[in-house]
Amino acid sequence: DGSDDNKEGSAVENEEAAKGTGQSWRKKATPRTRRTHDRERHGDEEDEDDEYGTRRTGHRRHRSRRRGRAAGNEASDSDMEPEKARKNQANQKSKEDNDEDEDEKGGKSGKGKNEKKGDKKPDKKGKKEKANKKKKDKKKSGSGSDSESEEEPITEEELAKLKEEVEEKKKLIATLRNKPWKMKKKLSVLKEAQLFVEKFEGALGKGKGKKFYAYKVMMTKKWMKFQRDFENFKTACIPWEMKIKEIESHFGSSVASYFIFLRWMYGINMILFGLTFGLVMVPEALMGKPYGSLPRKTVPRAEEATAMNFATLWDFSGFAQYSVLFYGYYNNQRTIGWLKFRMPLSYFLVGVGSIGYSFMIVTRTMAKNANDDGGGDDTSFNFSWKMFTSWDYLIGNPETADNKFASITTSFKEAIVEEQESRKEENIHLTRFLRVLANFLALCTLAGSGYLIFFVVRRSQQFALEGLENYGWWERNEVNTVMSLLGMFCPTLFDVISSLENYHPRIALRWQLGRIFALFLGNLYTFIIALMDEINLKARYLLSFTLEEEKIVKYNMTIWEASLYNGTIPENSTAPPIQVDPADVPRGPCWETMVGQEFVRLTVSDMMTTYITILIGDFLRAVFVRFFNYCWCWDLEYGFPSYSEFDISGNVLGLIFNQGMIWMGSFYAPCLPAINVFRLHTSMYLQCWAVMCCNVPQERVFKASRSNNFYMAMLLFILFLSTLPAVYTIVSIPPSFDCGPFSGKTRMFEVISETLEHDFPSWFGKVFGYASNPGLILPFILLMVLSLYYLNATSKSYKEANLELKKKLQSVRLEN
Amino acid sequence: VYRLHGRYHEMAPNVVPMDYTKDPDVKLPMQLIINMPELKENPFKERIVESFSEDGEGSLSFNDFVDMFSVLSEMAPRELKAIYAFKIYDFNTDNFICKADLEKTLNKLTREELTAEEITLVCEKVIEEADMDGDGKLGFADFENMISKAPDFLRYYFKKR
Repeated sequence: DGSDDNKEGSAVENEEAAKGTGQSWRKKATPRTRRTHDRERHGDEEDEDDEYGTRRTGHRRHRSRRRGRAAGNEASDSDMEPEKARKNQANQKSKEDNDEDEDEKGGKSGKGKNEKKGDKKPDKKGKKEKANKKKKDKKKSGSGSDSESEEEPITEEELAKLKEEVEEKKKLIATLRNKPWKMKKKLSVLKEAQLFVEKFEGALGKGKGKKFYAYKVMMTKKWMKFQRDFENFKTACIPWEMKIKEIESHFGSSVASYFIFLRWMYGINMILFGLTFGLVMVPEALMGKPYGSLPRKTVPRAEEATAMNFATLWDFSGFAQYSVLFYGYYNNQRTIGWLKFRMPLSYFLVGVGSIGYSFMIVTRTMAKNANDDGGGDDTSFNFSWKMFTSWDYLIGNPETADNKFASITTSFKEAIVEEQESRKEENIHLTRFLRVLANFLALCTLAGSGYLIFFVVRRSQQFALEGLENYGWWERNEVNTVMSLLGMFCPTLFDVISSLENYHPRIALRWQLGRIFALFLGNLYTFIIALMDEINLKARYLLSFTLEEEKIVKYNMTIWEASLYNGTIPENSTAPPIQVDPADVPRGPCWETMVGQEFVRLTVSDMMTTYITILIGDFLRAVFVRFFNYCWCWDLEYGFPSYSEFDISGNVLGLIFNQGMIWMGSFYAPCLPAINVFRLHTSMYLQCWAVMCCNVPQERVFKASRSNNFYMAMLLFILFLSTLPAVYTIVSIPPSFDCGPFSGKTRMFEVISETLEHDFPSWFGKVFGYASNPGLILPFILLMVLSLYYLNATSKSYKEANLELKKKLQSVRLEN
Repeated sequence: VYRLHGRYHEMAPNVVPMDYTKDPDVKLPMQLIINMPELKENPFKERIVESFSEDGEGSLSFNDFVDMFSVLSEMAPRELKAIYAFKIYDFNTDNFICKADLEKTLNKLTREELTAEEITLVCEKVIEEADMDGDGKLGFADFENMISKAPDFLRYYFKKR
C-alpha cells in the first residue's frame, strides 16, 4: 500500500506540476494509475451502498490527498486517516459553502424560476469545480512544489483517443439534461464526466499552447455562462410577462392570446411612433419655422378667441390643429435648418415606409405562425390528441379547471358524435331554409348599418356647412357615436340570428366573426367613402377652380395689402412685402388636416367607448351582481345577468380595426401613432385589471393556436384596405396649395422626382428614368407573377406528396 | 434551486432541513405535494408525483422534487417531456399504455361524465389511431410518434411558471 501510495503520490505531484507550471509532459501510466487507485478506494468503501456518496467521498479524499501533498506531508497512510476524515469534513463544508454561495447568487441574480434549475445544477457544479481548482492552485503555488518530473510524451494515438473520450464526456455533459434518469444518477454521472474532462483537457494542448488552450477553455465556459445570463435577462425584459402569465393560469391560453396579440400590436405601434416622431415631428419642431411665423402655422384671427379652450382642444382644433400634430402645419420648404433636412421628402418616405414596414412584419408573423402550426390541419390523431393534450396544464384556479373539464367533456362528446356519423339531419329542408333566412337577415343588418352611417355623415357635412355653432353636442359628435353604438349592438344581433342556424359551435363562431368583420369593414368604408365624397367635391371644385381660386385669394391678399397702403391699389404686385401678422392672412382650404382630424377624433372616441364599456359593462355589472344578489328574487350569479365573460373575438376585432384606422390616418396626422401607443398602453393595464377582477372564465375554452393566423389574416386584409385610400390620395389628388409639405406641387409624389433632380448625381436620374420605363416594369411584373405561380404549384405538389406518404403510412399500419 | 428548496421546505417545515450538507434522507409524502397550488387542479397530479418518485410510492425527496420541476419547466426538451408524459399516462407502470390505462385517463379528464359506451368508443379510436405495431396497446414508440405531431403538446402541456 505504501509503495502504491508513493507511486500515487508522485503521480499526484506530476499532475499538480502539470497543471500548475504548464509543462506539456504526461506520464503514460498516470491516468491508468489514477483510475486503478480510484477503483481500489471504491473497493474499500463497498459498504457504502449509496453510489453518489461513494463518488463524493472518493472525490473528497482525492482532493484532500492533494492538499496533504501540497502541504508537504509525507505522513503514512494510517496517519492520514484521521486527518483525512477531518479534512473530509472541512472539504465537505467548504464545498457546501460553495453550494450555498452559488445558490444564493443564483437566487438573487436571474429570476430563480423553476426553469432555471436545470441550468443551474451543471453550472453550479462547473463553478464549484473551478473554485476548488483555484483553491488548489493557490495552495500549490504557496508551497514549493517540486517540478522535477520525467518527460515522456504520449503517442499520437493515445492523444487522439484521449481527445475522443474528452469529447464524448463533453457531449454527455451537454445532453445530460435530456436523459430521463433519476437526479442522483445524473449528478453522479455529471461529476464523473466533468472530473474526467477537467483532468485531461488541460493536458491535451501541446507545448506552450497548453496554457493558452486552458485559457481558451475557461473563456468558452465564461462565454456560455454570459450567454445564458443574457438570455435570462432578455426574458426578464419582456414587458408585462408576469401579468400575462397570471391571466393565462386563470383563464386559459385563449384569453392570454388576446393579450399577447395586444402586446405585439404595441410593439408595432411603438416602431411606427418612433418613425413618425423621430423623423417628422421632431425635425419640424426643432428646425422648422416656429409657430406664428407663417400663415399656415398660425391660428387664424377669427378662431383665436376660442383656440385655447378645452373643448376646442379636445376636438383637435384650435392650437392642436395648428401644430406638428397635423399635416397642415408643415412647410413646403425643401430643406430646413442647418442640417439641410429634407422635410417633404422625409414626410413622404415615412408615410410610405411605415406602411411597408407594417406589411413586412404582418406577413413575417403569419409565416412564422404557419410554420408553428405544422402546416395546417392534421386530423390523423384526433382522438389521441384530445386525450393526451387537451388538458391545459397552465390552469391553477378551480373555476377554470371546472370549465376546462366541462369543455373537454363536450369536445369528446362532439367528436364521438361526428365519428359515429349516425346522426340524421331531421328536416334538412327546414335547416337549410333557416340558414338562408339567417343569412338574409344578417345581410339586411349590414346594409342597414351601412346606410345609416352614410346618412349620418351626410348630415354632419350639412351641419358643417351651416356652421357648427348652431347645434348641440349630439349633432357635432353624431358620426362617432353612431359608429360606436353600431359596433356595440350589431354583434349581439348577429348572435341572436345565428341561433337560428343550428350550426356546429366552431362553425357558428367563424360565421359570427366573419359577420362582425364585415360589419366593421362596411362601416369603415362607408365612412371613408362619405369623407371621400366630400373631398372629391372639394377636389373637383379645386381642380376646376384651382387657378381661379388661387388668383382670387391672391387678389384678395393684394387688395388687402393695398388697404394697408392707404387705399391705393398698386399697379404691380412687386410692392415691398409688408410685415403683417400671419394670423390675419386669409387662408385656403386644407382638406388633409381635416381628414387627419376626423381620424384622430374617431380614434379618441373609440378609445373612450371601449373604456366606458369596460367600466360599465363589466365592472358595474359585476358590482351589481355581487352586491344585489342578496336582495334579489332570482340568483343573479347563475341566471341573468351574471358575471360577464371576456369577449375575445370582439376585443381582437376591435383592436384590428383600430389599427386599420391608425394606418389610414397616420399620413395626414403624424400624431396618430403616438395617440395609439398611449391608448394601447393604458388599455393593457385596464383590461388586465378588468379581466382579473370582473370576468369569469369562459364556458367554452377554445383553442387559441389556430385562430392566431385567422387574426393575422384579417389584420393583413385590413392593412391592405386601409392603405388604399392613402395611396389613392397620394397619386391622384392634388395637395392643398396653402398647407402641408407638398403644397405647390401638382401631385404629392413629385417630391421624389424633385429630390432625384436636385440631390442625386445626374446619371442616377438617368438610370432611374430608364428603370421606371414601362418597358422594363411590365416584364418585371410578369416575372414576379410567374414566380408566384411556380412557388404556389410547388407547395401544392409538396402537400400532395405529404398526403400520399401519410396514406402509405396508414396502410402499412393497417397491414401490421 | 434556492427557491425550490424554499417551497419544498415550507411544505413541511419541521421535517425538511434548511441545511443539506449532511445529505439527509428526507422524503415528503404524496399528500403534501399534490396540495401545491400548481398541481392542485391537475387531474393527473398523483400520477405525476408517482412517476418522479424514487420508490414508486409517491414520496419525493428533494432531488426528485427538483427533477419533477425541471421536466415540467419550459426549458426541458420535447423528447424528455414525451418520456415523462408516457410515464404519467401509464397507470399500471407496465411500460405500455393499454386500454385500461386509457380508460382511467379519460375518466380523470372528463371527471366521469361520459357513458360507458362513449368511453369504449374513444379508447378504441385512440388505439386505432396511434398503435403502429398492432399489439393493441401503445408502446413508447407509438406514443412519441403521435405526440410529436401534436401542435398543442408543448404549449399546453408542460409550460409552467
